[in-house]
Amino acid sequence: MHASARLYTVVILILFTGIGLILYKHLALGFPLMPDEKKFVWTIEAKIDFQAHGEPVIVSFALPPKEPHLTFMEEDFASSDYGFSELSSDEEQRRVQWSKRSAQGAQTAYYRLSVYENDKMIESPPSDDPLPPQKPELDEVFLTASLTLLETVRAKSANPEIFTRELIQTLNSPSPNQNQRLLRNDKAGENYKTDLILNLLALEGISARVVRGLFLEDGRRRQPLTNFVEIHDGQKWIIFNQDTGKSGKPKNFLIWQRGGQSLLDVIGGKNSQVSFSIIQNIHSTRNLVVNSGMHTQAGLIDFSIYSLPIEQQTAFKMILLLPIGALIVVIMRILVGIRTSGTFMPILIALALIQTTLVTGIVIFLIVVSTGLLIRSYLSRLNLLLVARISAVIIVVIAIIASISIISHKLGLSQALQVTFFPMIILAWTIERMSILWEEDGPREVFIQGAGSLLTAVIAYLFMTNRTVEYLTFNFPELMLVNLALILILGQYTGYRLTELYRFHSMGRHHVSDKR
Amino acid sequence: MFLTSVKRLRSMGIIGMNQRNFGLIGRYNPRHLYPLVDDKLKTKRLAQEAGITVPQLLGTLHYHHDVKQLKDMLSAYSQFVIKPVKGSGGKGILVITEQDHNLYYKPSGDAVKLSHIERHVSNILSGLHSLGGKPDSVMIESLIQIDPVFADYSYEGIPDLRVIVLKGYPIMAMLRLATHASDGRANLHQGAVGVGIDIGTGEALHAVQYGDPVYFHPDTRKPFSNLTVPHWNKLLELAAACYEMTNLGYLGVDIVLDRDQGPMIIELNARPGLSIQVANFAGLAPRVAIVEALEDINPDPQSRVQFSKRNFAAVRNLIRPRRRRTHHTASALSFS
Repeated sequence: MHASARLYTVVILILFTGIGLILYKHLALGFPLMPDEKKFVWTIEAKIDFQAHGEPVIVSFALPPKEPHLTFMEEDFASSDYGFSELSSDEEQRRVQWSKRSAQGAQTAYYRLSVYENDKMIESPPSDDPLPPQKPELDEVFLTASLTLLETVRAKSANPEIFTRELIQTLNSPSPNQNQRLLRNDKAGENYKTDLILNLLALEGISARVVRGLFLEDGRRRQPLTNFVEIHDGQKWIIFNQDTGKSGKPKNFLIWQRGGQSLLDVIGGKNSQVSFSIIQNIHSTRNLVVNSGMHTQAGLIDFSIYSLPIEQQTAFKMILLLPIGALIVVIMRILVGIRTSGTFMPILIALALIQTTLVTGIVIFLIVVSTGLLIRSYLSRLNLLLVARISAVIIVVIAIIASISIISHKLGLSQALQVTFFPMIILAWTIERMSILWEEDGPREVFIQGAGSLLTAVIAYLFMTNRTVEYLTFNFPELMLVNLALILILGQYTGYRLTELYRFHSMGRHHVSDKR
Repeated sequence: MFLTSVKRLRSMGIIGMNQRNFGLIGRYNPRHLYPLVDDKLKTKRLAQEAGITVPQLLGTLHYHHDVKQLKDMLSAYSQFVIKPVKGSGGKGILVITEQDHNLYYKPSGDAVKLSHIERHVSNILSGLHSLGGKPDSVMIESLIQIDPVFADYSYEGIPDLRVIVLKGYPIMAMLRLATHASDGRANLHQGAVGVGIDIGTGEALHAVQYGDPVYFHPDTRKPFSNLTVPHWNKLLELAAACYEMTNLGYLGVDIVLDRDQGPMIIELNARPGLSIQVANFAGLAPRVAIVEALEDINPDPQSRVQFSKRNFAAVRNLIRPRRRRTHHTASALSFS
């Protein structure tokens, strides 16, 4: 059995290559094996507006720090005719600068960021050392009020963390006493409150800083940054909501900037403001992996279907499903022993079914083929040559399809319009073959082969539309190798087909035989 | 019982389609030899060169413009058979048993006009009945006269004998009888009766219709227990000689018995089916194993036939309970 040994070597080689590639993509490149893993990708756009008045313009803007638990997919900077540079490469304090010799009128600059939370890293608080608190300079009345407040808060707290929470809660108390009201100055804005808290903490000798960030909510426009307060309790940084006193970073909160540096500086302009809009996209993990693979030039991704234009990728999605259909046909014919009309016609029917959905597709198929058979039986009486007859059948099929479309449209059945997804030639050939079969082998054989073809097509359809199968075939084209190996093994199968157990059923009746 | 078990089939040595395609056709039938049997004209010429009896060729048509000559070609014969040269499974065969006043009569008694025959011929030429729909040629053959032995066992058509020849050794034989249900055709899956024939004697062994045992012809009600194929030895030798003619190791030889000329080859098949096992109530595998165990193939068809008769004769007849002859007398008789 030299030949079969060689075959099995090839099969094993193909199988291992296929499985190996799949495992490599899964384990090393992070391709999920199942299609359900979805990620939220946030696209944040910062729009900077200001009025220039004909002087040199320099705009400096703080960018969010690159933290390990976040993956920055894309960063875009856009502004017409501006020189552009990134100021510091420090991951923590990134700044970008736009500049222009002279500008007049309303100016706009954009910064766009796409970011998602990866699961490689657990989010950790920053580890930088705090600056020693600087005593603020306050006027007499203010200082006295502050000290009194601190006194009350200190009495109720044991450590800097509790102290901060207590302080913020007292300041935000719904029934403020006179002291608190003086300090609070309800007419002032958010930044005032942040400064107040920072000053009070500095008086108490606690290192603190402002944290500006963005609540990520889908579809928000013209969002401002929200201020949080972060204190250092001697070991670590703790972040506090300055309105509620709750500690810890809220979910979906993107930290944009830490510390007291300005968010936006505009030299040579006025009325500058920055606003943020946020969109949430759902991406499959696969897309994200592919994207990051493209950037890091992973060879397997760079030289793959993903490098094709999107349109071709969609075509390949379909093409890569064909091997699954072929496998089904092989199984149905070799293991089950179902007779189909034409070896691969079931796959083509299955492809058409994918476009039309199952029930609609089958109904349309049956209507077209049976009408076609009727008309074909009339054509056979007209004494035509074969080629002319098939051509006539094609025209008849087109007429049937057109009338089905029109009638169903008038009846308001939009599903039947999908009849056009069936390949014309396939339908015509099916009708031609079926009618020859009818004439030569009788309606029984037509029924057997027709039902066999449809059954195989439906099974192939069910597999080919399975989301997991679709996902796997497209994202792991290596599966084709596994498929190929399976088909090669099946090609060696010499046992009985399932239908043969019926075909030879009378052989099981009585135990007589003439074998020697 | 609806399905039988794999174990049972294996113990009987039944060969399945996959095993046939892989172990017999794939191993013994090189594809380049197929045209010899797929093209019936080639087969016929080969057979004539080898001195094997075949039905007489009355004429051939290759092109559509030949169709005009059809009337002249047919005028000399009152009985003839029109066949596609590359047809398979009996497709596209038109039998005319009588010609009278421009009307042609089919075995069923239906009269057809010349135009019908012309259309049939042009369909064949367009490839309607050929393998893969390729353009085809038409051959017109003399009609075989039914042997009186079979007269009681046939509905319309002429019974034909299918002999499976493995590497030149006839290993199994089956008589195919057209029935009313099969519309006068000899295709088993259409309802023709398959009668397993004892390789040793030519006697009927077992008969099936639609896969189930039958004991008499469904239309003529004649029991098969009296059926013995005449010219059995000659017939097996003809079949065995086809191996040298084609070099195909796994061959289905279709033979008819003519009342006047005896057995003649009508068709060879490089992909013979497996229903013959059901008709014989026996599997091919043990017989294949016996032939495969032979070290070399005897070049003489007659000796091969003797070997087959010795080795593949039925031990027990399923429709004739008593054994009338032993193997030795059977083979001795067939020499006479």
